[in-house]
Formats: sequence, C-alpha cells, structure tokens
Amino acid sequence: MKKASVNQRECVACGVCEKNCPRQAITIFHGIYADVNEDLCIGCKRCQKTCPASVIQVVLKEAAS
Amino acid sequence: MKKWNEYLWIFSAVYMVSGFFNILFAWIGLICFITPLLLSIIGKGKIYCNSYCGRGKLFELLGGRLKLSSNRNIPAFIRSKWFRYGFLAFFMTMFTVMIFSTYLVFSGTDNMKEVVTLLWAIKLPWNWTNTSIVSPWIAQFAFGFYSIMLTSTILGLITMFFFKPRSWCVYCPMGTMTQAISILKFGKKAK
Repeated sequence: MKKASVNQRECVACGVCEKNCPRQAITIFHGIYADVNEDLCIGCKRCQKTCPASVIQVVLKEAAS
Repeated sequence: MKKWNEYLWIFSAVYMVSGFFNILFAWIGLICFITPLLLSIIGKGKIYCNSYCGRGKLFELLGGRLKLSSNRNIPAFIRSKWFRYGFLAFFMTMFTVMIFSTYLVFSGTDNMKEVVTLLWAIKLPWNWTNTSIVSPWIAQFAFGFYSIMLTSTILGLITMFFFKPRSWCVYCPMGTMTQAISILKFGKKAK
C-alpha cells in the first residue's frame, strides 16, 4: 500500500502537511520534522502536493498494513 | 466553523498596510519575532509556524485559495542547510546593522533617515509620517524594522508566485531559528 514518506533530514517542520492531512496521520515532532503514522495514512498525496519544501513522497510500502 | 487562528492573515495584512500610514506601527512586528522564539524556548517546537503565523496564513490564502501560486516544486538548494542557515546569517547581519544604525541615532552620532530600504539596496523615501512625537531612535528603528518586514514579505510573495504557497517557510529565518532551538532542546534522533 502507498504511504507518505518524509525526508526528515530536510523537512522544515512548517506544519503544512499536518494541516492538510485528512486523516490526522501527520504530526510535527517537537518542531523538528514531520512524522507520519503509517497506520492512519491512506496515501492520498495531499501532503506531497502541498509540502512547500517538497520533501514528502508517497511511496509503496510493503511492510505496512 | 473556522478556528480563530485561521483569521491571523488579517493581522499580517493590516500590519503591512499600516506601515504605509504610520511607520511607527512597525514596532508591533516585534510580536512576530519574540513570540516564536519564546514558544520554542519553552519547548513548544514550531507551534508558531504550525498554527499562529499570520504571514503563513496570508500566503496560504493568496497562493492556495486565491490561486496566485504556480505550485511548482522549490529548487532543492533552497531547502539545503547551507542555504537556510546562510540566509539566517545574512538576515541576522542585516538585523545587527539595523540595530547599530538605531544606536547611532540614539547616541546622536547620526541623524534619523526617513527611508525604507527594499531588498537591502533600494532606498524608498518615506517622509509622509510625522515622527516628531517620538525620539528619533524610536523612529529610526521603525524604519529599519519595517524595511526588513517589507523585504521579507516581498521575497515571500515572489517565491509564493513561482513555487508553492508557503515556500517562504522553507527559508524563513524565524523558522530556521525555532527549528534549531527545537533540535538543541530535543535532539534530532529522539522519539
């Protein structure tokens, strides 16, 4: 199933993805980077489309449920 | 029902316009400098950027709802550490220069200049405000601070237009600072 994956090294933690996520699957970890809860993520790509830094990719994750 | 913080773009817009009427309103902008720093120092991370930044909301409105953004991906170098921290260093240098010129006016070495400097180079005469009601250094700081706010708003609008609405957030010096404070406080690897 496809899930959002954040390049946390380059994430600027602006919170745009968190705000746009329809499932509240993204939280900003202590103002440092965006963290995706893969159990909640439905791979809708809304975060990928809105991320101003373009550090989110929705990719195929085999281990995810 | 929309939450109150969704209307914070009004604060940002009114602030930018108020500087055209009376430069002394520029002092109010210190709120946008002090609040994010305090919030990250007490451990709230980048909650200011995430929820309360008026400028961020303004770019979301203009670039998102009003579709003034071309929604392209930002060039990778802008999100690199070198660029972000380099821009922060440049910004802080300019801020220090501004504080120093305020000091020169305060100490009487220099005269107050009724000028707003755009993009660190273009000097716009801004002499329609009666600044005689305050000490010259208070007015000098207002001119310098408004120059910074206007310049950064224009940079933000340009990147909003060419890239995604909140592209300014990628290299915003306040965002870089609050993220750096958060990293110092919590460490990058902690979970």
